Amino acid sequence: MKILALDTATENCSVALLIDGQLTARERLLERGHAECILPMIDEVLGEAGTPLASLTAIAFGRGPGSFTGVRLAASVTQGLAHGSGVPAVPVSDLAAVAQRILGDDETAQRVLVCNDARMREVYWGCFVRSAGGLAGPVGEERVSEPGQVALPAGWSAGPELRGAGTGFAAHPPLRSSFSTILAAIREVHPRAAEVALLAVSEVTAGRLRSPEDALPVYLRDDVVRPGPAGH
Amino acid sequence: MRGAQDLVLGVESSCDEMAAAVVRGGRTILSNVIHGQADLHAPYGGVVPELASRDHVRAISQVVREALTQAGVVPEELAGVAVTVGPGLIGSLLVGLSFAKALAYRFRLPIVGVHHLSGHLASIALGSETVSPPHLGLVVSGGHTALYRLEAPGKGVLLGETRDDAVGECFDKVAKLLGLPYPGGPSVSLAARAGRTDAHPFPRPLEGAAGLDFSYSGLKTAVALEVKRCSPMTEAVRADLAASFEAAATDVLIARTRRAVQQEGLGTVIVVGGVAANHRLREGMGRAAREDGFRAVFPPPALCTDNAAMIAAAGWQRLARGERDDLRLNAFSRSPLAPARAPRPPA
Repeated sequence: MKILALDTATENCSVALLIDGQLTARERLLERGHAECILPMIDEVLGEAGTPLASLTAIAFGRGPGSFTGVRLAASVTQGLAHGSGVPAVPVSDLAAVAQRILGDDETAQRVLVCNDARMREVYWGCFVRSAGGLAGPVGEERVSEPGQVALPAGWSAGPELRGAGTGFAAHPPLRSSFSTILAAIREVHPRAAEVALLAVSEVTAGRLRSPEDALPVYLRDDVVRPGPAGH
Repeated sequence: MRGAQDLVLGVESSCDEMAAAVVRGGRTILSNVIHGQADLHAPYGGVVPELASRDHVRAISQVVREALTQAGVVPEELAGVAVTVGPGLIGSLLVGLSFAKALAYRFRLPIVGVHHLSGHLASIALGSETVSPPHLGLVVSGGHTALYRLEAPGKGVLLGETRDDAVGECFDKVAKLLGLPYPGGPSVSLAARAGRTDAHPFPRPLEGAAGLDFSYSGLKTAVALEVKRCSPMTEAVRADLAASFEAAATDVLIARTRRAVQQEGLGTVIVVGGVAANHRLREGMGRAAREDGFRAVFPPPALCTDNAAMIAAAGWQRLARGERDDLRLNAFSRSPLAPARAPRPPA
């Protein structure tokens, strides 16, 4: 199985190539310029591996939630790469990618609350549990809300296996203080293409593939016409 | 250029239209697909950028596939991909640009970025007349009102531009004042057919002033005051107001162009952009050209508004000159097509 993954949902611009369990990855923290960097980075990993695009099993991308422009960039690049190639697309949640990063780094972690800053005094959040194959599985829906509405699923109590992750805790100090005693640790990490690729494997195995035109973002925030500053 | 047929795929997504087209040799349109969004933005009285971008990413694969299918072309046969890089709404531009670069990369095709106004200027090549530089270019649309001296396709100097509103923007605002639907250009022209052009003496801003700049905010204000004075409007009054406004707005364009022809000593003017579809402007400019002895060339009316065929035509011109961009190509929201001419030293 050969999966190319890309993620531009946050400042972290990243690509990864997963060939039969072997991972090659690149990432760059950028304030801007993702549109300039992403294709040269893809070219680099494919070139190093000597893997032609047409030979890929699937192209996975971080479908959001995240920066509106960023998730559209990943979706547009995926659509263009897959166009006329017969290579399917696999959208992967950027909250799940953050949870996967925590589970991958620490084998004792079992449950993860992911909160990413959504600006406009809100967070994108979701709860994930270690599932089959060590993969992050969602518990409940992903949401965008005020930090005060973030809540753990019933039955999740504090414990060394419960972690917090994402940029939302630092951006919203009250959120951090209200969860600091419940969560064993909070790590401020961005999603990465490496975990997007890992999560895509099970999607490919399960046959959950999309045609290029269905490689679309998930914004979570859909009331974008309201007055106020432009959406993040 | 690769391929015996010189086929270029054009992609345009600078505002609220997602468009793709295949053009042969920079002149012959094989397909020209436009996915508009007027219904999406109508409830808000103008384009909502985030809604435009969201619709673009939903539409782009389908629009490009349709353009290729209608042309009977597979990507491998293309000589290159041309895409609008600006100016425009950055979120909208990035969808078309990112898709186009990825497609070009996938099929190992050259990619060229096209300035939106270069695209409009290249729409002339899609008509039946041939023009060769140097000549004048009058760009009239919802976002631009400018006169250029063009030394080569898309290259030249800016002679004058609007100091405030663009002429197309003024048509839209006047349509709103008259209670006519968006987009304002066609609806004002339609209403104007039954009206008298001399019923209301609207100003011709800057008509006699030195230089080649334009101004439309004063005309807009004059129409607003007159609409207030004439309210409630009968159909006849509405038609008179539309006709008198249209005459004033287009007269200024024609007068400034005549002055530019004289000043620059050039024999040809190309008139492009959405407002170039205006019937009164086409007729009036044609009359002025006959009187003053210059050539006025317009694109086919259907190619005046935003489309991807003009982007493909402009891209073909760049490719034919051996120009290429790379995978780092990025979009910009604002950038002039050409520098303004430096002021002449005092005599």
